[in-house]
Amino acid sequence: MFLEMKHLSKIYGGNKAVDDFNLNVEKGEFICFIGTSGSGKTTTMRMINRMLNPSEGSIKLEGEDVLKADPVKLRRRIGYVIQNIGLMPHMTIRDNITIVPKLLKWSEEKRNERAKEMIKMVELPEDYLDRYPSELSGGQQQRIGVVRALAADQDLILMDEPFGALDPITRESLQDFVKDLQERLGKTLVFVTHDMDEALKLATRIVVMSHGKMVQVATPDEILRHPANEFVENLIGKDRLIQAKPSITTVGQVMYNNAVSITPGRSLKEALKLMHEKRVDTLLVTDDSGVLKGYVDIEQIDYNYNTATSVDDVMTRKVFYVNENSIIRDTVERILKRGYKNVPVVDKDKKLVGIVTRASLVDIVYDALWGDSDTTTHPAKDKAKSSTTDQDKVVKAGDDKS
Amino acid sequence: MITFIQTYGGQLLYKIWQHIYISGIALGLGVIIAVPLGVLLTRLKKASVVIIEIASVLQTIPALALLAMMIPIFGIGAVPAIVALFIYSLLPILRNTFLGLNGVDPSLRDAAKGMGMTNLQSIIKVELPMAVPVIMSGIRLSATYVIAWTALASYIGAGGLGDFIFNGLNLYRTDLILGGSIPVILLALLVDWLLGKLETWLTPRTTSNVRP
Repeated sequence: MFLEMKHLSKIYGGNKAVDDFNLNVEKGEFICFIGTSGSGKTTTMRMINRMLNPSEGSIKLEGEDVLKADPVKLRRRIGYVIQNIGLMPHMTIRDNITIVPKLLKWSEEKRNERAKEMIKMVELPEDYLDRYPSELSGGQQQRIGVVRALAADQDLILMDEPFGALDPITRESLQDFVKDLQERLGKTLVFVTHDMDEALKLATRIVVMSHGKMVQVATPDEILRHPANEFVENLIGKDRLIQAKPSITTVGQVMYNNAVSITPGRSLKEALKLMHEKRVDTLLVTDDSGVLKGYVDIEQIDYNYNTATSVDDVMTRKVFYVNENSIIRDTVERILKRGYKNVPVVDKDKKLVGIVTRASLVDIVYDALWGDSDTTTHPAKDKAKSSTTDQDKVVKAGDDKS
Repeated sequence: MITFIQTYGGQLLYKIWQHIYISGIALGLGVIIAVPLGVLLTRLKKASVVIIEIASVLQTIPALALLAMMIPIFGIGAVPAIVALFIYSLLPILRNTFLGLNGVDPSLRDAAKGMGMTNLQSIIKVELPMAVPVIMSGIRLSATYVIAWTALASYIGAGGLGDFIFNGLNLYRTDLILGGSIPVILLALLVDWLLGKLETWLTPRTTSNVRP
C-alpha cells in the first residue's frame, strides 16, 4: 500500500476537525477530498505532510511511519501545491521551480536541467525561467506552482484547491495537465476541492467529507449512481444527477416489473387464455422458482396448437435478456440494434424481474438528448406508461405477482 | 559662517565624528539585537505581546531621564550615552521587524514550510527578504531618533555636536547653537538618505526590468 491512513483524528480544543479518517491509497491513484468548508478535507490533507500533526491515528507512506519521520525531509519528498500558488515573488521562475532540488543540494547544472525540463512540460518558453512570478499570468503562475511540486521527482503530490481562483478555461487546461501527470507519469495525487465537477472529472476515487467525518469513498461513477445520502446528493447537485442519469441508470431502474410469464408445464390453451387476458402476444417462460427459460409467442402457439400440448413443447429456449444491474448506456444500443420489441430483465440468479420495451428505451434516449429537468427520479418510466398502449402489444400492466 | 568654520572648524569635525561614533554604535547594537529578537518574536506569539509592551514602556521614559539614570550604572562619558540611545533605538526596529515578518503573505510561509524548508531557511530565504522594506523603515526611524538624541548625550559628558548646542545655550551664542544644530540635521538627513539607498539595494527584485 502506497499511503495508509488509519483512525486519523485531529482535535482542536475538544472539537474534532477530523474524526476517525481511514483511507488506503494505491500508487497512481487520483484521490479527491471533497466537502463543504469546515469538513476537514484540508486538515486531513495537511496531516499527510505533517503541516499539521494528527491527534490520533497513524499515517504510513510506502510502509514508513510518517509520524516518526523528520517532517522537513518528509515534506521534500511530497509535492505540495496550494490555492494561493505561493510562488516566491523575489525569486525567478527558475529559482522557484528548483527550490526543493536546491534544498536537496542538487548541483546547479542538474537544477538548471530540471528547470528546463519542467518549463517545457508546462509548455512555456524557456526564457520565462528568468522572469519573476509577477510577470506571469495567474494561470501560468499556477502551472509553475504545479511543476514546482514535481521538480524533485516527488511521487506523491498534495494539492489544496489549486485551481479555485482561476478562470474556467485556464482551470480546465490545468485539470487536464494534472490528470495527465497521474495517468502518464504515474504520480499519486491527493487533491482537495469543493468543486464536484472537478472531482468527478479528475478523481479515480472521491472521498466525501462532512464535519470531519468520511461520508462516502467511491469512484465518480459509483458516487453518481449511488450517493450514500442526501448530503452527497446535494453536493452532487440535482442537475448533475439528472444529467448523469442516461449514463449511469441501470436497466433495473427503467424496466417494467410486470412481465407476463408462464411455466413450461402449462398447456397451450392456458397460455392462449393468459395472452388474451393480458392483451399480449408473447409470454416469457420461467420455471417454478422464476428462473427465465425462454419465451413463447402467438405464432408458435397457433402453428403447433393441434400437435403440441404444453408450453414446454413449443417455447423458444434461446432468449436475449439483460441483467437488471447493467447500465442502460451499455445496453441500449444492443437492444435497439437487435430489433427486439422487448427484452426480459433478470437478476443475478437469472430470475425474471421485469421487462424493458423499445418504448421505454425511446424515452431514455429522448431524455438523454433533450432531457428536461422537471422530470425527476425515473423520467423514462413515467413517460413510458402513456406510450405503452399503442406501441407495445407484448406486455401490459396487470400481473402483480411478478 | 566662514568665520565660524575658521574658528571652530577643527573642533566641529571632531564633534561630528564623536556624534557619528556614538549614534552609530547605539544604532548598530540596536539593529544587531532588535532584528533577531523581532524574528524570534514572530515564532513566540504569546511572548511577543509582553516583550513589545516592555519595549514600548522603555520608549516612554524621557530621554534626559534615561541618560541621567545611566550615570549611577556606567558613570559619565560615551558608554552610558551609547547604552541609553541603544535602548531607544530598540523599539522601532523590534516592532517593524515583527510586523514586517508577520506581514509576509502567509501562503508564502506555508509554501516554504510545505516544500521542506526548515524554520531558519524560511526566515532567511523567504521572510526576511520580503520584510526588508518594513524592517528598513524601522531602522531609518531609529537612526533619525538616535542622531537627534545624541545631541542630549553631551549633558552626561559624552561629547558630540550637543557640546556646541549646550555651550551656545549657556553663553547665549546663536552661532554656536546653529553651528551644532545644523550639522545634526544634515547628519540625520544624510544617514536617512544612505539607509534609503541600502533599503533599495536590500529589497529583492520582483521584476526582470532593470531598475530606473
